[in-house]
Parts: sequence; structure tokens; C-alpha cells
Amino acid sequence: MRTILFILRKEFLQIKRNKAMLPIIFIMPFIQLIILVHAATFEMKHIRLHVIDKDMSSVSRELISKFSGSPFYDITSYSFSDKEGEEDLRSNKADIVLVIPEHFEKKLRKENSCEVQLIINSINAASAGLINAYTSSILLDYNVNLVAKWSVMNSSVQASTIETTYSYWYNPELNYKNYMVPGILVLLVTIIGMVLSSLNVVREKEIGTIEQINITPIRKYQFIIGKLVPFWIIAMFELAFGLTIGKLLFGIPIIGNVALLFLFASVYLLVILSIGLLISTLNNTQQQAMFITWFFMMIFIMMSGLFTPVESMPEWAQKINIINPVAYFIKTMRMVLLKGSGFGDISGLFASICTYAVIMISFATWRYRKVS
Amino acid sequence: MQAVVVNNIDKTYGKVKALTDISFAVEKGELFGIIGPDGAGKTSLFRILTTLLLPSKGSAIVEGFDVVKDYKQIRKIVGYMPGRFSLYQDLSVEENLEFFATIFGTTIEENYELVKDIYTQIEPFKTRPAGKLSGGMKQKLALCCAMIHKPVILFLDEPTTGVDAVSRKEFWEMLIRLKKSGITILVSTPYMDEASLCDRVALIQNGKMLAIDKPDNIAKTFDKKLFAVKSGNNYTLLNLLKDFAKTDSVYPFGEYLHFSPSGNDFQRTELLEFLSSKGCEDVEINTQEPTIEDCFMNLMNNNS
Repeated sequence: MRTILFILRKEFLQIKRNKAMLPIIFIMPFIQLIILVHAATFEMKHIRLHVIDKDMSSVSRELISKFSGSPFYDITSYSFSDKEGEEDLRSNKADIVLVIPEHFEKKLRKENSCEVQLIINSINAASAGLINAYTSSILLDYNVNLVAKWSVMNSSVQASTIETTYSYWYNPELNYKNYMVPGILVLLVTIIGMVLSSLNVVREKEIGTIEQINITPIRKYQFIIGKLVPFWIIAMFELAFGLTIGKLLFGIPIIGNVALLFLFASVYLLVILSIGLLISTLNNTQQQAMFITWFFMMIFIMMSGLFTPVESMPEWAQKINIINPVAYFIKTMRMVLLKGSGFGDISGLFASICTYAVIMISFATWRYRKVS
Repeated sequence: MQAVVVNNIDKTYGKVKALTDISFAVEKGELFGIIGPDGAGKTSLFRILTTLLLPSKGSAIVEGFDVVKDYKQIRKIVGYMPGRFSLYQDLSVEENLEFFATIFGTTIEENYELVKDIYTQIEPFKTRPAGKLSGGMKQKLALCCAMIHKPVILFLDEPTTGVDAVSRKEFWEMLIRLKKSGITILVSTPYMDEASLCDRVALIQNGKMLAIDKPDNIAKTFDKKLFAVKSGNNYTLLNLLKDFAKTDSVYPFGEYLHFSPSGNDFQRTELLEFLSSKGCEDVEINTQEPTIEDCFMNLMNNNS
């Protein structure tokens, strides 16, 4: 026990003497949260809509009013020719062109169906998809209302309609920040934990101190604990620090139990730190370790559902996420913070991450050799 | 029981053969030198004996423990000072010593007597980070750290490489004092002058043992005549001697060239005549007692 305490003391002394560490610990979370939360947003507001109304009927005007009344759309211009609409798209004055064909109303009444055309600027595939989804839902909504109205007027046609209403649970205003902040906190904790731990043992290899350590009767577990605990403490502190910033600066809701979150984080960090340690024991230079860490971190983060929903990934990619610790934590983070999930709700995730932690720690301990 | 027994050790790194069939034994309380040029295999041998490296073949016993099977016991009783300075550069002198004392399960106070002589020399700098010490100071600190757990055997891998002449001398004086307290010391060095300070030395080259004996005995094995030759221009002299028909070997040694002739019928006048015919006058020739370095050069020559 005394040995472990001394190793810890040594590690903390070294961290303290490393002049780059304090800024990394305190300034990095600030900058990451402030920049990423504001910049990395998929929120679609002020979609610029160009309307080509060739029908000019009361029905078409009613349809247009659905858009003008929505906070998501700004109708930037009206015209009557496809050309003008295309021109607007090309010169980036509009994000979407809505074309209502001639005889729209007539056709609707006679044939009970009529097509409208949507031309969407898809340079950014993600936002194009969102615009399409928003617009389609407005059209669908309108459609249903129309059928209902007409079936009342003309009682010979019996149309049963199902009305759809929306209510966005757990994030009623669809506030993108509420969605991003928990994710970015995960990113922060992961980067700090993984980079610090992956560079640590390899650094001792580079400067040769590992030789001196290896010759001592120090036990493997003492060494591993000595290496894990300092970074575990730093990363936990980062999480608390980041959450405080998120709460104070962005007012993100903390609905669930924070203690539960920290419980999960404490196990999650063991996984991350063990991966870092494993990378560290397998490599011989800090440069190698850095690249390998970066490689894994990129994949973990990109696939974690931080930016794009996991559900929209292909099935094989979702399978890969079984071994992605970041995905587990992001999910838990959002569930607990936004939804207020209790232990029962995340027990499955928790069991998975615990198993993962046991596997990774054993692997890292096994790989650390005191003999070459 | 002997302190170290090495039996037919081989070590290969891929295709490179670092050690070939090394065998020797070190008595308890002995100051044993392993002498050889860079790349001879000294560090590999030390790392095997300190359980940091597994031998490819053969076995070694340190204080009765096998280096492969009983490595845990060995680690408790040996002190190792690697050739490369490998203490924590960002920790102070005192913190380094305290750290190593602790992970060996002891305290500075408990074994202070042992390191006192050395530690008092670096004590004025005890709050200075180890990385900011001078070369000699670093070695003294490393020695303290290697001894703080009261090892029964010390392995010092090139402790004086890169250290100035005065510090080297001091360092060896310390080793001789340590030896008196009964610790077995194995030390490797590329410096021949340090060899004569050891009780026994092993000469090693290209992973092979050339000779193991007391320094004096090794010097006695030199079976040829040896002369120290000097002139105004030693470089020209060296080249001329290399051309001389009866030259067996010639090496520069400080201000003299050590020259040994082939055959027993060599006369100084032969050489003087040869040299003056080449325009080299004012040559001084003295008989020279062979040193261990002459032997080593000789052995190396025969070996390669």
C-alpha cells in the first residue's frame, strides 16, 4: 500500500512539474465546449425557401402559409418559373425550391392526388436530409388535414384520418446544445484519459526509467494502479469541471442523478485508461503511441454517435460499436442528463462497460512485461 | 557459494548474435570488471544477469537464484545501474532516492549508512531536479539509488562513461570502499585503465570471452617483446612501423607507440636502421612492461 502511495505521489509530482499540464487540464475543456457546442450544430433554422406557385389557388396559398408560419423556414422569394428557382439555388440564395404545379387544386379535387416538387441543395448531405424530412412532414401534415376537411364537406366519401401530433420528449425545444454538450464532455474525458495514459509508460521507456523500475521487486498490479489512478482522478475532475461549465454557461439540463453518471464514468475511464496503457506498453516511442491512440480515438469518436446517430449507421457499423466504449458512455450520458434515466435503465450498459473494464485491465496487466 | 555463475550463455537478437557461449564465475565480495569495446555485449550480459533480458541459451545463477526461474528473488537483492542515466529527470535528487527506497520496501533512514559517503557529496543539490545535475553527480545519484535497498550484489553498467577524469577517479575510489563493506560488484567499462583496479577482469569482444583473470596475470600472458617507441612525428612513425617487415602489431598509447615485433630474434638496431633509411631520425626506443591494454589489443587481433 505504501508503495502504491509513493508511486502515486511520484506521478502527481511529475504532472505538477510538467508545465503544459495545467493549461491542458483547465483550458482545454473550456475551449472545446465553447467552440464545438456552438459550431457543431445540425439545427436547421431559417431554411431559405423559394416558392414557385404556378397554381395561385386558395389551396396552394394555404400550403404556402404552412411554411411561412413555421419558424424553420424563411420564404426568401416567390416566382413563377423553374428557371428563377434554379438560379436561386445555384447562386446559393435558397436552400430549397418548392414547385406547386398548375391546376394543383383542380387535380387534387378531381384525382385526389397531385405532386409537388422539392429541389433541395444537397451539397451538405446531412442538412439536405434534414430539410427533406422537415418539409415532407409539413406536406404530410397538410395532406392529412386536407383529406379530413374534404371528407367532412363531402359526406359520401368516408375517409378516416389519423392525425399526427408531435411532442419532443427529453429535449422539448430540440435544443441542439443539450444534445451536444454531454457528447463533447465524453470526448473531453476520453481524450484526456487516453492520451495521458498512452504516453506515460512509453515515456518511461524512452527516457530509460522503466529499466530502473523493472529491476525493482515492485509488483505488476502496484505499477498498473500507480499508472491508472492519477489519470483517472484527472479525468474525473475534468468531467466535473466540464459539467459545471455546461451547466453554468449553456444551462444544459441535469435531470438524472449525477452520482450515477460519475459511477458510470469511473468504470468507463478504467476502460479508456487501460486501452491507453496497453498502447503504451506495446509501443516503443511516444510518436508511435500518439499515432495509434489517435487512430483508435478517431474511430471510436466518429462511430460513437456523437455527431451522427448510431441508428442511421449500417448494421455492421452498429455491430462494431459493441466494442466502442465511447458509444456506451455517450448513450449513458445523454440518457442520464436529458432523460433522467435511473440505474435500472442503464444497468445493461453498465454491465457491458464493467465487463469491458475487466477485460481491458487484465489485458493491459498481462501485456506489461518486466522482462524483455 | 559463488556470487555469480554463468554457464554457456547465448543471446541472439534476430540474426545478430550478441553473446556467444559466455561462461564465468564471480566470487563473493569480488570487484569484477567486464572490459570490452562498445557493442561487445556488456549491456546484454548485465541485463540478463539482472533478469531484465532472457538468455537465448544457457543459464546463470545470481546468489544462488536462477535468473529465469527465481527472478523475483534476484530483484530484491541486486542493485543495477544502467549505462544510460535512467532516473526521473523531473524529480529532485531527494525525491528520486526516496522513491527508489520506497519501491524496494525500505527507507532512506534505514540504509543511510550505506550511501552516506556518496550521498553527502550530492546532498547540497538535493532539491535540484536530477536532469539538471552534472554527469558525475548523476552517476553518484544513480549509484545511491542502486544501493539504497542494501543489495548484496551490484551491477554497474559503464558507470564512468561520459564522466570527467576527476569524477571517474572519485567514482572508483567509492567502488573500492564499497567493496570493503563486502558487496560483490560487477562493473563494465570500455576504459582499460580502470581494469587494473578490479580484482579480476573478463575481456569480452563481439560477444565472446577472450580471457578471465587477475589484471596482473592477464598482463603476464603477453608473450611477445614490447617496446615503447617515440619520435618527433608519431603519425609518420606509426605509418612507417606498419610498413616494417618485422612488425607484429603497433598501437598508439599516449605519447608512445607500443610496438611488438614478430619473432624472437628482433634487435633494436634493425628498427633504427629501417627508420633512418626512411628519413626518420631522433627515435626513442624503450622496453615496455606489457599492460592489460596491450594484452587486450593482442587478444583482439588474434581473435578477429
